[in-house]
Amino acid sequence: MPGRSNRAAFAFAAFAAIAGPACGHAAEDMNADVLRVCADPNNLPFSNQAKQGFENRLADMMAAELGRGEVSYTWWAQRRGFIRNTLKAGDCDVVIGVPAKLEMVATTRAYYRSSYVFVTRADRHIDMASLADPRLKSLRIGVHLIGDDGANTPPATILGHEGIVDNVVGYTIYGDYREPNPPARLIQAVVDGDIDIAAAWGPLAGYFAGRSPVPLTVRLITDRADQPAYALQFDVAMGVRKQDKALRAQLDRAIARRQADIEALLKSYGVPLLPPLDGGSESAQGRR
Amino acid sequence: MQQRWRFLLAILAAGLAAGPAAHAQQTLEALSHDDRQWPMAPKDYANTRFSGLEQINTSNVGRLQLAWTFSVGRNRGQEAAPLVVDGILYVVGPYPNKVFALDAATGELKWRYEPRPNPSAQGVACCDVVNRGLAYDNGRIFLNTLDNHSVALDAGSGKELWHTKLGEISRGETITMAPLVVKGKVLVGNSGGEMGVRGWLTALDEETGKIAWRAYTTGPDKDVLIGDGFRPFYGKLKGKDLGVKTWPADHWKIGGGTVWGWISYDPALDLIYYGTANAGPWNADQRPGDNLWTTAIFARKPEDGSARWAVQLNPHDLYDYDEINENVLVELPIGGESRKVLIHPGRNGYMYVIDRASGEILSADAYDTVTSSKGVDLKTGAIIPNAEKETRVGKTVKDICPAAPGAKDWQPTAWSPRTGLLYVPHQHICMNWKSEEVGYIAGTPYVGAEVDMYAGPGGHAGEFMAWDPVKRVKAWAIEEQFPVWSGALVTGGDVAFYGTLDRWFKAVDARSGDVLWKFHSGSGLIGQPTTFVGGDGRQYVAIMAGVGGWPGALANSELDPRVRNGALGFTGAVQALPAYTVGGSELLVFALPQKAEQSNAGPQ
Repeated sequence: MPGRSNRAAFAFAAFAAIAGPACGHAAEDMNADVLRVCADPNNLPFSNQAKQGFENRLADMMAAELGRGEVSYTWWAQRRGFIRNTLKAGDCDVVIGVPAKLEMVATTRAYYRSSYVFVTRADRHIDMASLADPRLKSLRIGVHLIGDDGANTPPATILGHEGIVDNVVGYTIYGDYREPNPPARLIQAVVDGDIDIAAAWGPLAGYFAGRSPVPLTVRLITDRADQPAYALQFDVAMGVRKQDKALRAQLDRAIARRQADIEALLKSYGVPLLPPLDGGSESAQGRR
Repeated sequence: MQQRWRFLLAILAAGLAAGPAAHAQQTLEALSHDDRQWPMAPKDYANTRFSGLEQINTSNVGRLQLAWTFSVGRNRGQEAAPLVVDGILYVVGPYPNKVFALDAATGELKWRYEPRPNPSAQGVACCDVVNRGLAYDNGRIFLNTLDNHSVALDAGSGKELWHTKLGEISRGETITMAPLVVKGKVLVGNSGGEMGVRGWLTALDEETGKIAWRAYTTGPDKDVLIGDGFRPFYGKLKGKDLGVKTWPADHWKIGGGTVWGWISYDPALDLIYYGTANAGPWNADQRPGDNLWTTAIFARKPEDGSARWAVQLNPHDLYDYDEINENVLVELPIGGESRKVLIHPGRNGYMYVIDRASGEILSADAYDTVTSSKGVDLKTGAIIPNAEKETRVGKTVKDICPAAPGAKDWQPTAWSPRTGLLYVPHQHICMNWKSEEVGYIAGTPYVGAEVDMYAGPGGHAGEFMAWDPVKRVKAWAIEEQFPVWSGALVTGGDVAFYGTLDRWFKAVDARSGDVLWKFHSGSGLIGQPTTFVGGDGRQYVAIMAGVGGWPGALANSELDPRVRNGALGFTGAVQALPAYTVGGSELLVFALPQKAEQSNAGPQ
């Protein structure tokens, strides 16, 4: 179509399209010299195509530990269908960051634990650590929305349950993908004063707060969930295909060896850290 | 004797009609009533998917044979309806939405058009990268691409005449529906309610591609094109800016209500009809209120899009019951008089019969197992919720029927004026809802709902049935192992056609439901069968084969069938599917053997 090839075609997607559908890849090739990673090309602080995210750095670290010469990427926006179109299509072998109990994949031991946090402008002096704080009824609160049926970020779910809805502003986690790191728009809204307070996932909030032109305050939300749907703290692990047990075992050992380096790396990205509750990958699988 | 005459007439007529310019002066409406043609996905403005052709009939359909095939080159869900105008067949594949024109009798390729849509659209589409078909008018073919472009092509050459960008994939919008052309305007709606998209229907000038109007589903009346001429039947729907007031502050801005299904048109009343999708992306807890105008049926004027009436079927929807399904325009004897109605087979499991001039619901009867509600209140038009099946965070709710894809999804029905029956391909599935599944998107962990779907009572997950809208009962039904995700076709030969996920293309007796013929195709069928007359005067039946769509994601995307809640819960209902089919991309065209057809023209 004339004139359309210059439109903002994302390089990542073109790459993914060329990679094509699954064509009978071996589940894993232990002799390969390449660690094949599935990642989002536009989602700092996690990953981007310029390899500036902490998951990019972790991939390099894991490749070195596994004796792989290099890391290759299958880029795909992390939304519904991400695992299906990348890992499960056989185009790549590991997703660097997934919740430790994600059913769709086999997860390694958790390598960090973080929490949802509140982000406010420091000059507002709103020091808050609980979603039950009565001040929330009168503040303009920003949350991320996912919008898969029956699923949303825990702060959005909890506020809805508390009947706090009219002063809640939703920012879709997908955002506008033409802009860099679309989920960061929620933190920018705090900077700009569009909202008084944001409830966001810690790694994202910590990273962008650290780079904000105005001082921001990041506080862990300390509420403890009385049921799974209200969980605010999560262990994060790596994910591989369920049958790739050998790769998972290798990654487990590599994570154990480099745990101190991983922690230092995450801190350098401003990730708020809690001690992992769940160190073992086997126990993480036994949820049901 | 009569049969032979019809046959000769068909040859003569086809000969006269040869040449692409033959219909330049003929209105689309007239063309849609010419049974040699299939100029729009639903066949005609009434969305009947009925053709009067009878060369192929109950006595000879058993001898139907493959005439020719063609591959569109991409093994994803094939939902498109093959169109035929003057002996040329036009078909579109799933993303990357290539268009092909072929001789309808011989399969000879005339031209192709490759739009090269933006590849990142694939990552946005929720449930496979399908396209539901093209539209024809005035020597032009109209195409929607997954990346939100409407394109006009010269039907004779495939040359692009114009294209217009209608939405943003970077904001989660895609287009999967087949456009409809009404009075020189190409009508197109968006997809992507799960992504925080605000739904709309847009009209483009057929000549220039210029946007004539856009009607949003949510927001203030001026955006929804609600003005002085708006006369909803039900009092609850009267009032100013209900598309704002039935939501918490500003939530309507990303409120869903996309328009990805079917449009019908009544030339006498000069009204178009279509349904809107579910609310999103907020959880139900976060959007108290009716969330207008999601899950509603609209009647609008095609010139300016102004709304005449609307009725909301599922206020404050909890179950993802889009109401984008087709509205079939028929006249029915009701209460001793002939009423102009539309029949809407609801996602929510009720067969609605609605007065299409006023928007009054005349009847609404369950056509599948329904536990999520206790019926439809004809005084208010709204569904009567069943509190026991209300989904809430932290609560486990079992046996919600129908499941999220509804008792019927996009797959269109067919109406035979000869039998007075509506032929309904649909699913028969229920779900358990439990909020404890860990998920993550864009680096954000959360605990969402685990939706586990399974075959409904009786153990079959699908059904092809005939519904009598006057008696308000099923006339007959054929149980299928999997959801029936293909469209339906019914003909003057009293044969109804549909396809199954386990690769059978079936012809059944439209009166009795007896299976008269079936064909094992190369891949599961989720396409729309059509029928037409080729340049050689013979009747053909065509359908695309290629499993996919929401239920077929399991078979063509290698989801792990051991995970019951993959593909948003649908995996459980179609777990056995990979044992029957993998992806495909084939157009199948059937006809009677030449000799048999002629011998059949003798005494029966």
